[in-house]
Amino acid sequence: MATVTINGETRTLDVPDDMPLLWALRQELGMVGTKFGCGIGACGACTVHIDGVAARSCSTTVGSLAGKKVTTIEALGQSAVGKALQAAWLDVDVMQCGYCQAGQLMSASALLAKNPSPSDKDIDSAMQGNICRCACYGRIKTAIQIAAAESEKANV
Amino acid sequence: MSELAEKVNLSRRTLLKAGALAGGGMFLSATMPGIARAATGAAEPAPLNAFVSIAPDGQVTIVGKNPEIGQGIKTMLPMLIAEELDADWDKIKIVQGDSNAAKYGPQIAGGSFATPMNWFPMRQTGAAARAMLLEAAGKKLAVDPATLTTSKGVITDPATGRKLGYGEVASMAAEATVPDPAKLKLKDRKDFVIIGREIGGIDSPKIVHGEPIFGVDTQLPGMVYAAYERAPVFGSKLKSADTAAAKSVPGVIDAFTLEGKGGPDQLVDGVAVIAKNWWVANQARGKLAAQWDTGDWTSHSSAGYDAEARKLMDGPPSSDVFSKTGDVDAAFATAAKTLDEQYAYPFLAHVPMEPMNTTALMHKDGTLEIWSPTQNPQAGQMGVAQMLGLKPDQVTLHITRMGGGFGRRLTNDFMHQAAAIAAKMPGTPVQLIWSREDDVRSDFYRPAGWHRLRAALDADNKLVGFDDHFVTFELGGAYNPAAMAPDIFPAKFVPNLRYAQSKMKTAVPMGALRAPASNAIAFVTQGFLDEVAEAAGKDLPTLLLELISGREKEPDPPGGGFGGPQRGFNPDRMRGVIEKAVAMSPWGKPAPDGHAYGFGYYFSHQGYFAEVVEASISAGKSPQVHNVWVAGDVGHTIINPFGALNQVKGAVIDGLGQATALAIKIENGAVAQSNFHDYPIPRMPFAPEIHVEWVKSDNEPTGLGEPALPPAIPALTNALYKLTGNRIRSLPIDRKLLTKA
Repeated sequence: MATVTINGETRTLDVPDDMPLLWALRQELGMVGTKFGCGIGACGACTVHIDGVAARSCSTTVGSLAGKKVTTIEALGQSAVGKALQAAWLDVDVMQCGYCQAGQLMSASALLAKNPSPSDKDIDSAMQGNICRCACYGRIKTAIQIAAAESEKANV
Repeated sequence: MSELAEKVNLSRRTLLKAGALAGGGMFLSATMPGIARAATGAAEPAPLNAFVSIAPDGQVTIVGKNPEIGQGIKTMLPMLIAEELDADWDKIKIVQGDSNAAKYGPQIAGGSFATPMNWFPMRQTGAAARAMLLEAAGKKLAVDPATLTTSKGVITDPATGRKLGYGEVASMAAEATVPDPAKLKLKDRKDFVIIGREIGGIDSPKIVHGEPIFGVDTQLPGMVYAAYERAPVFGSKLKSADTAAAKSVPGVIDAFTLEGKGGPDQLVDGVAVIAKNWWVANQARGKLAAQWDTGDWTSHSSAGYDAEARKLMDGPPSSDVFSKTGDVDAAFATAAKTLDEQYAYPFLAHVPMEPMNTTALMHKDGTLEIWSPTQNPQAGQMGVAQMLGLKPDQVTLHITRMGGGFGRRLTNDFMHQAAAIAAKMPGTPVQLIWSREDDVRSDFYRPAGWHRLRAALDADNKLVGFDDHFVTFELGGAYNPAAMAPDIFPAKFVPNLRYAQSKMKTAVPMGALRAPASNAIAFVTQGFLDEVAEAAGKDLPTLLLELISGREKEPDPPGGGFGGPQRGFNPDRMRGVIEKAVAMSPWGKPAPDGHAYGFGYYFSHQGYFAEVVEASISAGKSPQVHNVWVAGDVGHTIINPFGALNQVKGAVIDGLGQATALAIKIENGAVAQSNFHDYPIPRMPFAPEIHVEWVKSDNEPTGLGEPALPPAIPALTNALYKLTGNRIRSLPIDRKLLTKA
């Protein structure tokens, strides 16, 4: 039995401690926005924030989360940066299949929270853990730049 | 209307005759009881045909019939309908149609066929609904419908200025005469207001909020999860498995074996493990200790195939000649210069981001309901019905959005597995999910292939002989992904040419990977033609233009069939994209220090693409692509420029990624790779700048999911050759060849 704070709510999970957070989110809590891609932390589709830092939920056990705050794609729009990213994603029509985009958005929002005006290289390095099999990389980068510019304007 | 338009137009006769054609449901639906209800004034959407219904408040709902794999079809086909319907795009609702051949006609995501197959029928469907609305409005206003105009869901009588919303006449319209599609006047291209607009994906707002829209997001009350253990070695039969051990794992509900039925594309032998949580089920597979009868397939390996293929290519050309012009042997005997090289490429996996999955529920009344991310729903529905001894109409198949396809989900093996498991547990919905390892190791792979290519040049450096001895695999079935078409360029454009093949045996399952055959043959033929061009003292675009000089368009092949209308190969369109790519790129100019340009051209899926790659070799000895210039001709109209550019850029990166790093290797009869760490799909830092320009020739539009991919590969390998002096004749690119010769 584990107690985890997810999107500001305290949730109790009656699962083995070594169950990855991904499967607890998707199949115990019905929060299916976080996606399964590889199960080994190699594709980034399952990215969430743990205490504000991007983490792979497929490789994070439920038992390791005591006292930590988990944020998922379902709550991304609650932050200004998250909202700006979602809007930018739609403005440039980033996605093809869209399956990896929850993970892309979570990685991008963790980046902008830490580095509000990232360079091209910063974006490459923060996003290289997220595979987009459709290869929408150009638009992902553009959308991050747009969101960064928007957030900066909002903060002036 | 053009000759082509006549050919693909739905005639009233076909509409009445069979629902099997697109739009076929329109007439049938118009006589359905649903119409009567709407006509009595109930606040329900009035179905004008199988694709369009309009509620009394004016809400227009359009059915997207084809499976959405990220190619944008759920947005694009409704755009065609909405255009001719004159609906307000910003207010329409789009719903995914279930698998239903009688109602919707063909529903498949494959072959870049959707655009050519639906360009007219979907527009006619919209125009027919509009005509019915106008007929109703004419009655209501007591004017000639022909005098009325429409815009954004509103009908206007220009004489009086009176306006009627579509919703106000929808239920009357549902009783109007169904027009003869062949007599409908479609819009002139210059009047398009939706087609040609940059329109975002219809599901995109849901995606950025993490809403459940993919197959694996399906949630049903009481649902359980299944993992499926199958043989690592292809062609094996299950001997035994310790299901009791798996069942003893806490959380596991059941474990049972399934006997295969049909080929690997249907149900293979395996063991299902069921649990309330998939992770638990998948972990419990470790307890199964499944034993397999592998026959002699463990002796098969990629290295073995390669050795056998090289031996075959060293021998005389096979007697299995499938394309022949002139006298090849005579051309070589009298040639001034000859080339003789071997090209090869590996098996490839598809690895769409959403792993294979299907949710199935065997209802207590014996009918089966399925939610599946499938590119080929109707085939899956039929196959599953047959496997379980059901009639096709006892299987309801909901098509879900899917996280990528690339051809993998044309084969419904995973759907068969889910259905077979569900059949064992009536009343309980079960979701089968594959691990990524399952996906990498149980794919229908892009076939590996080998080509011994020879070219003969005469004293004027003209290409007079071309010989390809192709080594491939023996495969059964109607569709052979390991086949090479007899008319692959330069067939018909070299006076003496021969394509022959030798075949090897294998149990490795093979299928269509994005731009099937072309994704390999483009590398082979355009790479070798670059060598020929160099031997002839010219560059590749010059050689290609010389080969087609003075040649006429091929006649259109008769019939259309599954792929819709086909057009004959048109050298003018080839010339158009080659000239455009040369003009828009720095081709022929000096490249920046340490960089080089490579050229590639290919025609596939009715699309013509020429591409220039600017590459360098990074210090870590891997190819780095900086820019790609793409010239494409897919006809006079780019239906949705947003989606179109995404398709082209994604396809280019896909091709470059394959060439640079991807291979599936068979060792001891099984796949050696397992996940993204050893099957490294391109990541953001790999992605180059891609510059796309369209050659808008006067041809009806064709598809874009595939044709931009093939030429990217030879354009890259041809660029790397200029940097190192080493020809790249085998994929993926051997790092050893990236040091200067």
